[in-house]
Amino acid sequence: MEKILEKLYTSHKKDEGNIISLLQDIQNEFGYIPEDAIYWFSGRLDIPASRFFGIATFYAQFHLAPRGKNIITTCCGTACHVKGSERLMNGLMKELDLPEGETTTDDKEFTLEKVNCVGACSIAPVVIINDKVHGKLSTDNLMKAIRKLKEKDN
Amino acid sequence: MKHDLIIKICMGTGGIASGGLDVMHAFRNQLGKKSIKADIKKHCSMHKVGCRGLCAKDVLVDIILNNVKTTYQFIKPYMVERIIEEHFINGNPVQEWVVAEDYHQFHDNQIKVVLSDCGIIDPEEIEAYINAGGYDALRQVMLTMTPGETIETIKKSGLRGRGGAGFPTGLKWEFCSRETSSRKYIICNADEGDPGAFMDRSVIEGNPHAVIEGMIIGAYSIGADKGYVYIRAEYPLAVERLRKALQQARKHKFLGKKILGKEFDFDIKVKLGAGAFVCGEETALIASIEGYRGMPKAKPPFPVYKGLWSKPTVINNVETLANIPYILRNGAEWYASFGTGKSKGTKVFALTGKIRNSGLIEVPMGIPLREIIYDIGGGIENDMAFKAVQTGGPSGGCIPAKLLDIKVDYESLASVGSIVGSGGMVVLDENDCMVNITKFFLQFTQSESCGKCTPCRIGTKRLLEILERITSGNGRDGDIKLLEDLSHDIKATSLCGLGQTAPNPILSTIKYFRDEYEAHIKEKKCPAGVCKDLLSYRILQQFCKGCGACKRVCPAGAISGERKGIHKIDTETCVKCGACIESCKFKAIRKG
Repeated sequence: MEKILEKLYTSHKKDEGNIISLLQDIQNEFGYIPEDAIYWFSGRLDIPASRFFGIATFYAQFHLAPRGKNIITTCCGTACHVKGSERLMNGLMKELDLPEGETTTDDKEFTLEKVNCVGACSIAPVVIINDKVHGKLSTDNLMKAIRKLKEKDN
Repeated sequence: MKHDLIIKICMGTGGIASGGLDVMHAFRNQLGKKSIKADIKKHCSMHKVGCRGLCAKDVLVDIILNNVKTTYQFIKPYMVERIIEEHFINGNPVQEWVVAEDYHQFHDNQIKVVLSDCGIIDPEEIEAYINAGGYDALRQVMLTMTPGETIETIKKSGLRGRGGAGFPTGLKWEFCSRETSSRKYIICNADEGDPGAFMDRSVIEGNPHAVIEGMIIGAYSIGADKGYVYIRAEYPLAVERLRKALQQARKHKFLGKKILGKEFDFDIKVKLGAGAFVCGEETALIASIEGYRGMPKAKPPFPVYKGLWSKPTVINNVETLANIPYILRNGAEWYASFGTGKSKGTKVFALTGKIRNSGLIEVPMGIPLREIIYDIGGGIENDMAFKAVQTGGPSGGCIPAKLLDIKVDYESLASVGSIVGSGGMVVLDENDCMVNITKFFLQFTQSESCGKCTPCRIGTKRLLEILERITSGNGRDGDIKLLEDLSHDIKATSLCGLGQTAPNPILSTIKYFRDEYEAHIKEKKCPAGVCKDLLSYRILQQFCKGCGACKRVCPAGAISGERKGIHKIDTETCVKCGACIESCKFKAIRKG
């Protein structure tokens, strides 16, 4: 880890980056922001860790806990809302056996997230499965896609 | 080189989601086959194009054969072989896949300025933009006009900020140009946060160079040497195309040192947003670029005087900037000939929700709402009754059926308690509950409130709690009055636009749909059948065929029944998600 952080530090210095871009780089590297990385940079840059945490918790993009192998993001924009995104979300929670409030499955295979709007409103409701946008989804079709992913992983 | 056969495939986010890449591969594979004559291969070119608006019919493919254009809709890879065979080789378009009257109706009623090249040119090729007249405006401005003359032209065109607030663009530029400072900035606000609006994404995906050209012209006019595009990370394709376009512009020396041989240096950096709606507010956006939490500051001082790193800064929205090259190419009078009194030009709207032709449209300001909904939009989906259209996202309001003849411009919409905003238009039908929609917006603003000022942080929370109790059947007498009073207080005392507009959805729905609030509070009923706690589901025995489709999709396991036998819903375990209704082919499930 130390080596990677050192590399990020060097490019951060070179690009005159700020804390947001640094956190984005950390997340790109690890898939989330490990607390240790924050403390390491806090010491190295002589910036209080609270500033890192303040920013990391302010922006929806940052994750302080590891995420699953597959990321399923339900769009919760207005168009998706009126076209039934809540139903898709409920279906996903059942299919992945996630209790209310949990976002990642115990086996770390799946993480379920919400996004405010991905701007693909004309094909609502929309779900993004591992960076690929799926539109005009019914609960049935979505479940089929998830089951396919599960099979692939097994 | 002569191209007798041009294939254009829609590859915006919508086109790709519907399988645009697969269709492109299919064309490439099929055309690569040995059986295809070399003659066709030689004269054929294939292009990715950005969004042309009607994403609901994707994948859309244009075939231009000897200058005759045919547009196909809903194209899947398996259809490609037949198109090549019948259309390319035999010259007969496959009529059953060609777009129908509604496609033309959707486009014929629009006037396209910003979107005029979107869906026509290849967004990843700077030459395509240049061949369509791109960067001519920049040349014209830098070689024949002074910054002052440029600003004057923009002022005369009547262009107002398309991001929502509607501040005159020329005036903003003028204020900034008068400042003396060693450094000035121009920022393109591409942090399109309003749920239900996607014009900025589509413009950047479909014609990124127009935005870049607009920014360079802006920078020249105000005397800026550095620019930023603050863009949402949720738009990966737009980011990719923008970065590509910037590289190409640098190669062509439209960016960098001594642009067009003049003493003018300018370059643009891309800054990725990190997912905070409030960063669309300009002072919050500045804080975010500087690397802090995106929290707004009190204005004045306005960013044109003291903006990014305390230097004079102009912040323009994507659509505003994309208008600039077209205005300069065609003249201020031309642009001002569209629109009405104080709202000039055209505006792009994202028409979504329960509408037949869902997509991106561009219309002259002042067009009657009815024309947008029925002529362009083709009316309501599934022949339901029109109930309202929500404009302006979480900062806007709902316009009811009785006001369908209203003109769509800044002043008219404001007079009925809504706004043009960034241009989101979500159409609602009889099956949508206005209280539920309002709650949806308040959930949004409450969670996106940055927390700096008390009225917004705590006020939106209280508003949401009241709406939650109304929709769960615990509404009290006096709740409507309480919502109104609190809304007015929050509007009057919040620091930034987010808080000042957050109560708008509440005030406008109470104004036009008070009876729905009353039904929820007094009768504990949701007339539209949406609010879960106020309704129950049942299966009508006479229609149930026992297929088991509902049982399979029920996330709560609340449906029981043998195959081919009548099924039942256990109302105690039912979570009222509605998945069963969606799955039932026999319309045997009712709610109420």
